[in-house]
Amino acid sequence: MLTQILITPELKLPWLEASILLPLLGSVLCGLAVNQKDSQKIAILFSGLTLLFTIGEWYDFSLLNTFQAHDNGDFIRWILGRDVFVIDELNAPLLPLAALLYLLTVLSTLPTKLGRFSFGMTLFSQSVTLATLSCHHPWVIILMLTIACVPPWVELRRRGASTRVFTLHMGLSTVLLVTGFSMVDPDAGPQSAPLMATALITMAVLLRAGVAPVHLWMPDLFEHASFGTAVLFVTPMTGAYAVMHLVLPYAPSWALQSIAVLSLFTSVYAAGMATVQTESRRFFCYLFLSNASLVLAGLEIVTTVGLTGALCVWFSVGISLSGFALTLRSVEARIGRISLDRYHGVYEHTPTLAGLFLLTGLASIGFPGTIGFIGMELLIEGEVGVYPVVGLAVVAAATLNGIAIMRAYFLIFTGRRFRTAAVLRSSPAERFAVVLLSLLIMGGGLWPQPGVSSRYHAAESLMRIRNKSEREAELAKNAEERVEAAPPVDAAPFD
Amino acid sequence: MLLFFFELMVVVSPAMLLVVLGLATLFRVKFSEQTVARFSHGASICGLFSACCILTYMLVMNVRDVPVEMGNWVTLDHVATLAPKENGGATAIVPPAQTTELNAPQNAFNSSDLEGSSFAVEADSASSTHPPGTESNHDDPAINAAHTFHFRLKFVFDRLSIPFVIMSLVLCGVIGVFAFRYMHLEDGFNRFFLYYAIFQLGMVISSLAGTIETLFLGWELVGLSSALLVAFFHDRPAPVKNGLRVWAVYRIADAAFLVAALTLHHLSGSGDFDAMMGDGDWPFGQASLTSSQAFMVGSLLLIAAAGKSALVPFSGWLPRAMEGPTPSSAVFYGALSVHLGAFLLLRVSPVLEKSPTLCAGVFGLGLVTMIYAAMAARVQTDIKSALSYASLVQVSIITMEIGIGLRYIPLIHIIGHACVRTLQLVRAPSLLKDLHAIENAIGDRLSAPPSVWKRWLPQWLRDRIYRFSWERGYLDSMLDDFVVRPFVDFFRFSSRLEKRCTTFISGTQSSVVDLDVIESEREVSS
Repeated sequence: MLTQILITPELKLPWLEASILLPLLGSVLCGLAVNQKDSQKIAILFSGLTLLFTIGEWYDFSLLNTFQAHDNGDFIRWILGRDVFVIDELNAPLLPLAALLYLLTVLSTLPTKLGRFSFGMTLFSQSVTLATLSCHHPWVIILMLTIACVPPWVELRRRGASTRVFTLHMGLSTVLLVTGFSMVDPDAGPQSAPLMATALITMAVLLRAGVAPVHLWMPDLFEHASFGTAVLFVTPMTGAYAVMHLVLPYAPSWALQSIAVLSLFTSVYAAGMATVQTESRRFFCYLFLSNASLVLAGLEIVTTVGLTGALCVWFSVGISLSGFALTLRSVEARIGRISLDRYHGVYEHTPTLAGLFLLTGLASIGFPGTIGFIGMELLIEGEVGVYPVVGLAVVAAATLNGIAIMRAYFLIFTGRRFRTAAVLRSSPAERFAVVLLSLLIMGGGLWPQPGVSSRYHAAESLMRIRNKSEREAELAKNAEERVEAAPPVDAAPFD
Repeated sequence: MLLFFFELMVVVSPAMLLVVLGLATLFRVKFSEQTVARFSHGASICGLFSACCILTYMLVMNVRDVPVEMGNWVTLDHVATLAPKENGGATAIVPPAQTTELNAPQNAFNSSDLEGSSFAVEADSASSTHPPGTESNHDDPAINAAHTFHFRLKFVFDRLSIPFVIMSLVLCGVIGVFAFRYMHLEDGFNRFFLYYAIFQLGMVISSLAGTIETLFLGWELVGLSSALLVAFFHDRPAPVKNGLRVWAVYRIADAAFLVAALTLHHLSGSGDFDAMMGDGDWPFGQASLTSSQAFMVGSLLLIAAAGKSALVPFSGWLPRAMEGPTPSSAVFYGALSVHLGAFLLLRVSPVLEKSPTLCAGVFGLGLVTMIYAAMAARVQTDIKSALSYASLVQVSIITMEIGIGLRYIPLIHIIGHACVRTLQLVRAPSLLKDLHAIENAIGDRLSAPPSVWKRWLPQWLRDRIYRFSWERGYLDSMLDDFVVRPFVDFFRFSSRLEKRCTTFISGTQSSVVDLDVIESEREVSS
């Protein structure tokens, strides 16, 4: 348990709790708003403030030079007597990333979509996501993961779509998590979970992360929920975060290896599926699944380089595929759902979005000069170092993803001239999002050292904790064996 | 110092062009055609002048190899750990400025530091590097099992790279001037020059790369710009389809290249060409690999080269690439890009020399491609396709030359062929116009001399050969039938299967239901 190993210093302000409460407050205000336009304004304001708070907490944390820290005047700690929300080297950049994703989504929602997108629910979902990513306590993480399923479920119901697939997968995942974790004694030491518990927890996180063949909920969600809601549910990659905190500290090597191999298989399978999809949302879903699986596979690599690669790809995929999804969503808002079995040719109307589509897509496959390049190199290096043949799956997945992205680009933006009397130019908010994402992607690509170093520190710390856990588990096992092997001591020798 | 300035300028000039045009696109600043042309010409002239100065220096000082250390772009050593010691210490390690800054060669690690470290995973902590002023926590096995990663940016001016980079800059410069006229008032004028800038930078980086990862960086940039240029006239589906095909072949070649690069790292412990190819300057290096290792790595590199140089079985993309504007066809596929595979083989020639089987394979692939391309070139009905296959004949001869162990001859062949082919491709549109003018003047078609084959081969055989050549050796059909179709069929089947499962669980139709449209209709009706 991370919280038990290190004594946590304090941040200067209660950033964490504020960044969780702010969107919650915004959600309530959105519910009171007169119309959707006002609701959007409130959502932009609160998402923007939340982003500033998460950046503040990251900056504050970076000044502390420590692995993890908790809020100043931690209210939850005062109530529960233990750290629940903490910031560490792993989640420090993920919090602003998640906040940025939410801000850009509410910002780039066009008036045509206002009637179908709930800003109140989005802010509620943001609060839950930030709480999940700030949390180290297993039961709270499980609770947050469960609550996070509510907004998409409500939206599916509201849209009259079937919720069975989503409910089945998420419900099963929750039940398995609760059952599995109830068998684990958190105080019994690392890697001490019973076999059944490990199997249940592993199965639960595989379901949640959408690893094939238990990934059906993800295409279904993308198909039936609004694109924004589906994107916001999956792109913060809370499934990977759950793996870090619910599986890594407790699971033995076989469980980690199973996750790694299944994830690698998923990454190639999903990349192949992305190349043949005829519907843009399903295409994005598989593209994301492929990249998220690469992250998941990398997290199970027990080398610092591989783990660093996975953490870098986590961040780069978060930025790039979020931008990619927002671009796709913006194009959808103009021409309706996009089928990928014919050319649309909207380049002349939306050259900026076309450029961003290509840039974010290339960044997600680790193209040179973009934020994903070094991360992908590290990940491949780590994978090949541990599983020489299986690791080549990463290369195959990246190749197929590259082909899928270029195919989608050509189909959506080129091939013919889209004729319409309507003005389809990008709005100022969209242009802001384009410039911001482009600068982040290119900046991170041309000057990768700070980001990679930060992820490397996190990887080293995680490796140290993991190795310590293994040593403790080994010592405990040896001690048990010695006790069992020792001859029985005669009772009452003086009698 | 002056020399370093020139070395830097060769790379920085095209990079600056890309930055300027890229930022202009991002911030929607529309430069005039003259301004774009000035930037483009300036970058080419600046880079070319610098390269010529370095060449002069090398000739005057009789230097064969001028390395340019740009330092580590990214470096990972466990010296910068900030985590507290687990035994209660405050902070384990305080990092000094651990990162070697870009463009700071004085801070670059020296070659002894780099042995076995560049881009390579080291399991042995003892061999990891610790810059002065740092310490490491040797009590912790997690740290001691340190893995390091260095991404070095290193460029080399040697007898291979300097002619190649000068050729690239000359041809890019010439085509820049030509394109300024040719693309005048074209809708995508600025877009063309943006892709042109990516291509030029990619070519310069590939030519001068001193490490395999730097070469990969340039290689990828060339691939992207090529695919986008093929699809430049994107209002029509044909160029776009061809662009996608080129991209797909390039991605496969890139994957082979990446795997080869990783394998080389693991085998030789470094991505540096100097470390891989021994101490001798090109072409006298000696690779420290066994014959079987050289065969394995060389085969992957051969696949990469075959993809980039359109050798069999990837030849189909070359005539398709002619869908792009003439300037791009001339410089990219007729002159530079198509030679990049041969350049790669020349760069790793010490690896080829370690395996006679591999050399035979290189020669064989060149021979097969040459026969195929010569046949296909004779039946093409448009001038650009004919020229593209003629290019392929020369490229395959260059490959054969490399296969038989020649080094300078292929390099001279590349330069000569690139210049001639550029001229031919650039002249092609006006040549056709002149030909039509002549034919109009004489009132008849110009007669061609009868083929010598008519006397030696029976009609049925000539028909078969013609058919084979016309169908371009059925290469594209074979790739489509035996590789692409099974792949697509499998994943389409999987997609259908998934949809059926989803439908079964949900009890409703999985796809096609456009909920947004339904909701819109509801809103309108309400």
